[in-house]
Amino acid sequence: MTSSHTISVLVDNEPGILARVVGLFSGRGYNIESLTVAETDAKENLSRITIVTAGTPMVIEQIKAQLDRLVPVHKVRDLTVEGPHIERELALVKVKGTGDKRVEALRLADVFRAKVIDAKTDSFVFEVTGTSDKVRTFVGLMESLGLVELGRTGIVAMSRGGEAL
Amino acid sequence: MKPEESATTGADLLVKALIDEEVEVVFGYPGGAVLPIYDSLFKQNRLRHILVRHEQAAVHAAEGYARSTGRVGVVLVTSGPGATNAVTGLTDALMDSVPIVCLTGQVPTHLIGNDAFQEADTTGITRPCTKHNYLVKAVDDLARTVHEAFYVARSGRPGPVVIDLPKDVLMNKHDYVAPKKPVQHKSYRPQVKPELKKVEEAIELIAGAKRPIFYAGGGIVNAGPKASKLLTQFVHTTGYPITNTLMGLGTFPASDKQFLGMLGMHGTYEANLAMYHCDVMINIGARFDDRITGKLAEFSPKSKKIHVDIDPSSINKNVRVDLPIVGDAGHVLEDMIRVWKAKQPKVDHKALKAWWAEIDKWRARNCLAYKQDKETIKPQYALERLYHHIKDKDHYITTEVGQHQMWAAQFLKFEQPNRWMTSGGLGTMGYGFPSAMGVQIAHPDALVIDVAGEASIMMNIQELSTVAQYRLPVKIFILNNQYMGMVRQWQELLHGGRYSESYMESLPDFVKLAEAFGAVGLRCHDPAKLDDTIKQMIDIKKPVVVDVLVDKTENCFPMIPSGAAHYDMLLGPDDRAAKPVSEEGMVLV
Ligand SMILES: Cc1cc2nc3c(=O)[nH]c(=O)nc-3n(C[C@H](O)[C@H](O)[C@H](O)COP(=O)(O)OP(=O)(O)OC[C@H]3O[C@@H](n4cnc5c(N)ncnc54)[C@H](O)[C@@H]3O)c2cc1C
Ligand SMILES: Cc1ncc(C[n+]2csc(CCOP(=O)(O)OP(=O)(O)O)c2C)c(N)n1
Ligand SMILES: [Mg+2]
Repeated sequence: MTSSHTISVLVDNEPGILARVVGLFSGRGYNIESLTVAETDAKENLSRITIVTAGTPMVIEQIKAQLDRLVPVHKVRDLTVEGPHIERELALVKVKGTGDKRVEALRLADVFRAKVIDAKTDSFVFEVTGTSDKVRTFVGLMESLGLVELGRTGIVAMSRGGEAL
Repeated sequence: MKPEESATTGADLLVKALIDEEVEVVFGYPGGAVLPIYDSLFKQNRLRHILVRHEQAAVHAAEGYARSTGRVGVVLVTSGPGATNAVTGLTDALMDSVPIVCLTGQVPTHLIGNDAFQEADTTGITRPCTKHNYLVKAVDDLARTVHEAFYVARSGRPGPVVIDLPKDVLMNKHDYVAPKKPVQHKSYRPQVKPELKKVEEAIELIAGAKRPIFYAGGGIVNAGPKASKLLTQFVHTTGYPITNTLMGLGTFPASDKQFLGMLGMHGTYEANLAMYHCDVMINIGARFDDRITGKLAEFSPKSKKIHVDIDPSSINKNVRVDLPIVGDAGHVLEDMIRVWKAKQPKVDHKALKAWWAEIDKWRARNCLAYKQDKETIKPQYALERLYHHIKDKDHYITTEVGQHQMWAAQFLKFEQPNRWMTSGGLGTMGYGFPSAMGVQIAHPDALVIDVAGEASIMMNIQELSTVAQYRLPVKIFILNNQYMGMVRQWQELLHGGRYSESYMESLPDFVKLAEAFGAVGLRCHDPAKLDDTIKQMIDIKKPVVVDVLVDKTENCFPMIPSGAAHYDMLLGPDDRAAKPVSEEGMVLV
């Protein structure tokens, strides 16, 4: 019965707004699978928060209603139910190794269209973007090839087509 | 004029903004961080300040003021301990949807985060217990923030709003420019008008019902007195039965024959069985609280449910409903009445007659019956007599929390909204007395009575000093059973009669206590003298504490034990052996 939902929230970019949203989730026992936030409209002083959460349909409905009643929240959209949408995340993947492993890491990075953004004689930092699935698969492959550090942004998402949030 | 040359400080500006919001009275307590505000208050005479004796009481007083008038209650406290003391009151106001603006002092902006003297992270602490809060970092933002705070506190589902005010912001010079009214928040716009299509669907469902019931709550109080009139009109038009939640008492006249009394854990037999057996439930401004639903899986299993609420998060939270209508109760009722008149639907008179016959059978159980003897005063009897003596007077009732609160809900009759102030959602012992002070401030000539327990009253007893100072003739009617009665009742029913720490050892002499504060104390333990004591209490135009010694072991019935279904009600002491509480029920509050 529980399913994962990607929710976009447009909020006033004011102090404490993230604490409000996160406090709502912890206070009411909802879970956060991924959370990203950044200012998206400097003129109107708005930020966009993308939250991936999971729950039963009744819980998801509550989460949206609870988010919407926060005073600085302008809009709440459940991308998962409101038609097709795209999700992307970015990861920085540091791999240490020499010889065959290094060559194999570079070859796989090419397959995944990961960019090399830092290189030393015994290490690479790759930048990979895509769906969470793709990022996870790439990271999985790097594990046996000398993965030493990983940073992920979490998901940003948007509906397909010309409509704006 | 450049701001630095302005004659007014942030504090002066704040006071002007409050006056512009038509604030008449502020409940507060001073301290270092708010001294500039107290200085500004000193220099004017439009705003009245009521000095309480504890900040919690300031918030409850503002709640009583707000709930009995429909206006926003205003609180002023200092930083650190002033703000933390207010937290219980703020949480209470949040749970019961009471509009409050609470001004808290804060250390100057350059010291925030330094563990400065009397610094507390007030916006952090109050974030989960307010509807919204603000930290004002520049005096330029102050006026707008104050006006916006009032808008937020009173709009949509009302609630408490905190404005945290660093001392330097209060001392900086700045002119006040009155805002263009009305000030709104730039994006917060709760939906007040319902979708007409939904109202039409609702009317169809309501008209076709064979076993209908109205279930009306505190949202009708929030929607203003007109909503209660519309509710009464609509319920009369349909001829259907109605029940009220604890928070909704007074939104429909209790003396009306269509009224089934309160529902829920300590509600009447007829109200709860009607809820269980109904085929159409019309919830207006109530939130399916667990004190109402009991065991969710068995809550009104056969009904189609209509839910009118201004807050979409109240809908489908605990109970799935068939027809949600988002909007203000007053607007929705207006539309319902209009659509009903236009459609002139034919109701099923035969089915309704049978339904009322069934309800009358349940009523005949007389579930609130008790036996008064010549020896000891039964708490129910004390309240019946109290009601007898006040019913023709302009009166307001507040309560503390416990058995006395439930008996007050059962035995006092409320004919109008805004006359009944009680802590429902948080259940805060200590609410009733300060709340009564706030009511008395708003209605100086009315009879204001706090129905109290001897344990609860101790939680804000210091306010006797406040009522003495302002000569507020508040009456405290203590049903003294020498126990935390509600706790003792649960221990009796759920914990094998092990009365762990629920006996009120070493109680004060309430008569002497009253006298020590300059109030009048009365005591009564003889049923035959009760009427005289009550009359005396009413006649004394001063604060009065009445210590009514009642039966120590009386329990409050009916009772639906936690986790039980509506049909599993305990009606009296003999009932309970037959219905042991389930293990599932034991973990519930
Ligand atoms: C010891 C104890 C025992 C209790 N036992 C009982 C009991 O037996 N029975 C009982 O009923 N309660 C009982 N309570 C109280 C209970 O805990 C709840 O506080 C109460 O039931 C909630 O009342 P309500 O549903 O009317 O909602 P409220 O808390 O009053 O909420 C109001 C609802 O109306 C909505 N609303 C607000 N403004 C508007 C508007 N303008 N238009 C439309 N909707 C609006 C709000 O969004 C909210 O959903 C007890 C409390 C205590 C302390
Ligand atoms: C601040 C607070 N602490 C504890 C409780 C738990 N509690 C609920 S009722 C009650 C006993 C109240 O006793 P009293 O005021 O004498 O009322 P009675 O039930 O005897 O009428 C207690 C301790 C509460 N509701 N509020
Ligand atoms: Mg007691």
